[in-house]
Amino acid sequence: MSDTLDSLDSRDKCPTDSSDPTPQATRRDFLYLTAGAMGAVGAGAATIPFIKSMGPAKDVLAASTVDVDIANIKQGEVMTTMWRGKPVFIKHRSPEEIKDVREIPLTSLKDPQTDEARTKNPEWLVVVGVCTHLGCIPTQRKNVAAAEQGWICSCHGSKYDDSGRIISGPAPKNLDVPGYKFMNDNKVIRIGEDA
Amino acid sequence: MTNNDSKSVSDQVTKGAGVGTWIEERLPVMSFINHSLRDYPTPKNLSYAWNFGSLLGIMLVIMIATGLMLSMHYVADTTLAFDSVEHLMREVNYGWLLRYMHANGASMFFILVYIHIARGLYYGSYKSPRELLWIIGVVIFLMMMATAFMGYVLPWGQMSFWGATVITNLFSAIPVVGESIVQWLWGGFSVDNPTLQKFYSLHYLLPFLILGVTLIHLIALHQFGSNNPLGIDRKGPEDSIPFHPYYTIKDLYGLSFFMLIYMYLVFFNPNFFGEPDNYIPANPMVTPPHIVPEWYFLPFYAILRSIPNKLMGVIAMFGSIAILFALPWLDKHPVRSAKFRPLYRIFFWVFLVNCFILGWVGANPPEGNFVLIGQLATAYYFFHFLVLIPFLNKFEPVPPLPMSISKPVISKSAKTAASKGSKKNG
Repeated sequence: MSDTLDSLDSRDKCPTDSSDPTPQATRRDFLYLTAGAMGAVGAGAATIPFIKSMGPAKDVLAASTVDVDIANIKQGEVMTTMWRGKPVFIKHRSPEEIKDVREIPLTSLKDPQTDEARTKNPEWLVVVGVCTHLGCIPTQRKNVAAAEQGWICSCHGSKYDDSGRIISGPAPKNLDVPGYKFMNDNKVIRIGEDA
Repeated sequence: MTNNDSKSVSDQVTKGAGVGTWIEERLPVMSFINHSLRDYPTPKNLSYAWNFGSLLGIMLVIMIATGLMLSMHYVADTTLAFDSVEHLMREVNYGWLLRYMHANGASMFFILVYIHIARGLYYGSYKSPRELLWIIGVVIFLMMMATAFMGYVLPWGQMSFWGATVITNLFSAIPVVGESIVQWLWGGFSVDNPTLQKFYSLHYLLPFLILGVTLIHLIALHQFGSNNPLGIDRKGPEDSIPFHPYYTIKDLYGLSFFMLIYMYLVFFNPNFFGEPDNYIPANPMVTPPHIVPEWYFLPFYAILRSIPNKLMGVIAMFGSIAILFALPWLDKHPVRSAKFRPLYRIFFWVFLVNCFILGWVGANPPEGNFVLIGQLATAYYFFHFLVLIPFLNKFEPVPPLPMSISKPVISKSAKTAASKGSKKNG
């Protein structure tokens, strides 16, 4: 009995004996590290369902596109529709409005971007109606000089032009342009899906 | 903690310096962990029967973690509860996994706690000086039962609704004030939205209370340390080994076996413990033909039904758990472990079989022979605690006990010394 115990002891101690000036990795170290690594991978993998369950559920993702009938929006009118819980402004711009907004020099803009890059069809402006400052909904400016047209955020006074670009105020960026595409001879816009 | 502990803490603190030391001087959290999970001296002869405490602790964490995730999707409203659970199952990412882990986790929790309690009964872990440890454990058990019952109501299926109706009606058995207590519990005249909302609130609260009482359970445990299969006190440092790595690795090994069973159920048989009727939305106008509680309540359910008087049935059911509180004083036999009590050992197993019989009776309709079997088994349950155990106190001989955990084999010379020691124990 004691013989076996002694030999077991010596087998364990030999490679890590404190008198050995160059300690070597033992089978125990190897098992400890590999088992520990597997355990860490397993524990990490087990957190995935917990984290993912907090993300958008399948029914939420399924409702992530919305089709909007734009046939009845007259020139100069803005329609506000809801997409993913946020307002989306759809503006039917007149030729003058398009001309005015495209004349604004890029150098005067905080977040320079051409109107051509922000629209798929110059007649139609589609932007997410959420101020890029702190998330309020900007109000459309009416009865103002042609060059002043656009939106103003009532929270902190950021002004956007008729292309949804930031003109002045604390907002850092232009209004977001969502992915969208025209359908049914340009009578319907599907927001949330690029062409 | 005692003076000795604080001395060793300050010893550790004076070594080295840095952020760790700075924190340690003000908040001795590392030395607390070290003291209770690392160096914590543990009897060196613990078997796998001692795995279940740590398994229960891990199970509690799993239940709280999965429950937290479920609460983000559940709606406690009678018109939405059932649908919100189905939404969780079908639409939420891994919602099915979290719910099946939680539902099967409840069953696993009770399997573990029943084994944990049986271990305590077999090895006499409730005896002096661990009476309070045992009593706190019974308190946790009662809180678990309340939590599990209220959790089962939340999906608002037929079994949820009628289980809630039956269990809350238990309180109507109380003379005079019973009816008003039940209406207070319901927040109305039947199980309805106010009941569901308060059950949800309490189902969220109770696990954290359980966590707190569990910490008290641990403080009581660490006062004298674990009991052991021999049931004798440790005589010296040669009888102990540090908790880490010896029992951390032993507990992890046990955990891996436990997880195999638990995960088999979650992934391959998730409704094994469930009732199909609970996938029918609650209907206050129709009671299902055969109402059964969750399996872990069946023995108590059988005791309730076996007594033909409403009030006495309820008293017997609660009494069957309350009697565990008195166990440390009912069993005054000086020897802890059933290993050295051949008579008690037999009656322990008979008692265990009797509990299974009660569970089997509880799962069957109260008709024919089941009534008689249930009554006999109920009678035996109380007979065990109130007659057999006090009887064994007097008449079961005190055998020679081993000298120490390190010398478990009883030699001739040790026999006399051991019997002296055990007399001192009594």
